[in-house]
Amino acid sequence: MIPLNFYLILSAFMFCAGVLGVLVRRNAIVVFMCIELMLNSVNLSLIAFSSYLGDPTGQMLVFFVMTVAAAEAAVGLAIIIALFRNKQTVNIDEINILKW
Amino acid sequence: MYSYAGLIILFPLVGFLLLGLFGRKIKSETLVGSIASAAVILSFGVAVAIFVEMLSLPVEERHHIISQFQWIAAGALSVNVAFQVDQLSILMTLIVTGVSALIHIYSIGYMHGDKGYWRFFTYLNLFVFSMLMLVLADNFLLMFLGWEGVGLCSYLLIGFWYDRNFEKSTVADASKKAFIVNRIGDFGFLIGMFLIFVNFGSLTFDSVFSQAAVLSPGSSILFWITLLLFLGATGKSAQIPLYIWLPDAMAGPTPVSALIHAATMVTAGVYMVARCSVLYALAPATMEIVAVVGAVTAFFAATIGLVQNDIKKVLAYSTVSQLGYMFLALGVGAFASGLFHVMTHAFFKALLFLGAGAVIHGMHDEQDIQKMGGLKKYMPTTYKTFFIAALAISGIPPLSGFFSKDEILWRAFADGSPILWFIGFATAGITAFYMFRLVSLTFEGKPRFDENHLHPHEAPKTMTIPLIALAALSVIGGFIGIPASLGGNNGFEHFLEPVFDTANTKLALVSHEISATEYVLMLLSVSIAVTGIYYARTIYLRKQNIAESFAKRFAGSYKLLFNKYYVDEAYDATVVTPIVKGSEKLLWRGIDVGMIDYTVNLTGRAASFASEMFRRIQTGVTQSYAIIFVCGILFIISMLLFR
Amino acid sequence: MNFEQIVFYLLAAVSAASAVLMILQRSPVNSALFLILNFFCLGGLYLTLHAQFIAMVQVLVYAGAIMVLFVFVIMLLNLGDGRKLKETLKWKAYTAIALTSGLLLELLYIFVPASGTISSQSPNAVEMGTVEYIGKVLFTKFLFPFEVTSLLLLAAIVGAVILAKKSARGGSAIGGKITE
Repeated sequence: MIPLNFYLILSAFMFCAGVLGVLVRRNAIVVFMCIELMLNSVNLSLIAFSSYLGDPTGQMLVFFVMTVAAAEAAVGLAIIIALFRNKQTVNIDEINILKW
Repeated sequence: MYSYAGLIILFPLVGFLLLGLFGRKIKSETLVGSIASAAVILSFGVAVAIFVEMLSLPVEERHHIISQFQWIAAGALSVNVAFQVDQLSILMTLIVTGVSALIHIYSIGYMHGDKGYWRFFTYLNLFVFSMLMLVLADNFLLMFLGWEGVGLCSYLLIGFWYDRNFEKSTVADASKKAFIVNRIGDFGFLIGMFLIFVNFGSLTFDSVFSQAAVLSPGSSILFWITLLLFLGATGKSAQIPLYIWLPDAMAGPTPVSALIHAATMVTAGVYMVARCSVLYALAPATMEIVAVVGAVTAFFAATIGLVQNDIKKVLAYSTVSQLGYMFLALGVGAFASGLFHVMTHAFFKALLFLGAGAVIHGMHDEQDIQKMGGLKKYMPTTYKTFFIAALAISGIPPLSGFFSKDEILWRAFADGSPILWFIGFATAGITAFYMFRLVSLTFEGKPRFDENHLHPHEAPKTMTIPLIALAALSVIGGFIGIPASLGGNNGFEHFLEPVFDTANTKLALVSHEISATEYVLMLLSVSIAVTGIYYARTIYLRKQNIAESFAKRFAGSYKLLFNKYYVDEAYDATVVTPIVKGSEKLLWRGIDVGMIDYTVNLTGRAASFASEMFRRIQTGVTQSYAIIFVCGILFIISMLLFR
Repeated sequence: MNFEQIVFYLLAAVSAASAVLMILQRSPVNSALFLILNFFCLGGLYLTLHAQFIAMVQVLVYAGAIMVLFVFVIMLLNLGDGRKLKETLKWKAYTAIALTSGLLLELLYIFVPASGTISSQSPNAVEMGTVEYIGKVLFTKFLFPFEVTSLLLLAAIVGAVILAKKSARGGSAIGGKITE
């Protein structure tokens, strides 16, 4: 009843919202959260394909994506904490020494 | 003996290498001088042995090619290191080695105490090697090798005292001038060689001459070849327009002036034209040019020598003048006469220079004849030999100069034109005058220097013995060429006849009977020589005021002659300065720096400019990197979508 | 309009709205809360796709663990309400909006016309989402990635601990003071 591409459209929309957030927000933690949003949008489209095509591979991939996302979140937040301890800020515009 | 011809060249080469590599370490001057002289004397010995053998052979068998090894084999060009031993080359070899040997011995005494003693003899041996290579070569390329080699040695030896000043500039400038002017002539020689190769397919004398012999006279290709080769000869043998280096070459030591710039190197041009007699015989236009240039140069240089005050300068201009005589002879087809004058001139001119060297040595490096005088009581041997040489060059019989110069004048009248004869005749008078002006001012009269401070002394034995030997040769050297009109059989001309056979046939000169004209001309030339001598002695010994009043009355001409007709200044203004300025302003600043460097730097600057632009991408702001990510993704997706 | 469609449209709307609102919030805590809402909606959407196990894992892991971690860190760093972080680079915002709309348009260009090909879920979708089925597939076909993932988690744990550890002096154990 719901065609597949509805899920895909929603997924695209969420993805683009995530991209916009990554490009525009300056708080490092919020940028990180937008990355999680992007990952979730991809998860959604994977599950949709898995369900509509009858292939369990999609769900397996989502499983692993979630695992990796969890690990990545842990490490990333640890980096942000370390950064904050050194520079007292999480404004990514101010973390710009690696330039020309 | 012929097969040992290679030894003639080998001895000086070995001498050069020995002295060049070890000369600095040999502490004994005598040893250095002996090695060098021995090398040349040995060459002379071998040359004499070959000459003796040649005389015992019949005429048809006297011409041999002794090949050593193949030098160049590149496509159509094949050149061997091979020696052509015939009458002409053996004559030149004898002259070169003989006079060189005497000058080497002279130099042992003259260069005593010089800190570059070993270097001098090294260069001298290298010079003899190159000159012998030049006269013994059997092809144009090997001859050119010797040609360039003598030019190099001339440069090295003129600039021997490279840290001294010379007139208005330096010794180094004088040697550079010699080399560069020679180069201009060499350019002509090279182009001539190229034309020869293109047209005849070979550079070997025998091959080229036999092919040329079948061409018709007056062909334009032969005109250009002979003209270009003659240009090379004007450079090497100091004729108009390239004679300007020879007076400056007097910056070198006197033995160098004697050997290179009187007896040997400057005769290379004459030898070359004589060797190519077949080519010249078939290019009558060039022959005329050669004769005219020779005659004009003879007169021109003699007038300049008339007023010079440096003893060596007078002799230098005298050399240019006498070389003009040789080319005059070649130009009218008297090849053998030209070579006869080469030989006699080598004797008396070398003697004159060596004598001048003895004077300079004795006067402790004074060269201005206005500050000399009365030297005959201090240096009797030098005076006597110098006097003999002066008589010889003026053409007084029975000295050698009379026979050779007279032969040239007779042939100029008979086979050339009376105008050419007249120019030569006038020059003979001027020659006698300036030579005896020189003798009178230097040796006779009252001393014009402070006798209490300056004590001139006679030269040592090593220097006077070569003087005496050369004086003897100047006296008897002419007897091998006594013309038929005076009862001789002109052995010299007969000896060389087979070499110039083809040329003489082509020229189709009428063989001259002994005629009254010849005796008249002979008488005329002797009388003008005697007149010149008489006036010179009168003016400069007894009535000096005549000379001064002449100089005042004709002040303009005097100035013109004294400044060598301002030829050097003219060349400087028209040729040298434009080239130097043009090179500096246009070629260097304009093209090299402005265009080429600019373009190269432009690529560098473009690279760094581009990288300046590109490095701004690395802002350090994370999100700008992310923006670029997204651009890339967009691009890829659109590629996939819309392909 | 049946029940399924209503559920779908509702969940989709809330999810999209919360995504948009999340990126517009000034305070990071608000953003975190909207993201949690988004995750719950996604969990619901998974249920409509009959992926029960994944839906549960989504709520447990994402909404329950990861977002809690985020909120902890936000609280830890005591960032305040973010009023100090004003946008000063306008060009960044405009290019970002332009690029993102471009991206969205392209994706929609792909997805919107592709209707009709697959209009219904496959028959074994229900069976596929069960724990039993997932377990069976996971431990046979995807065993190797499963084991490797455990290594990955180990690396993450070790890394996180080292990066966030305080040294005795009060700075971080890794790196010194970062100077400009």
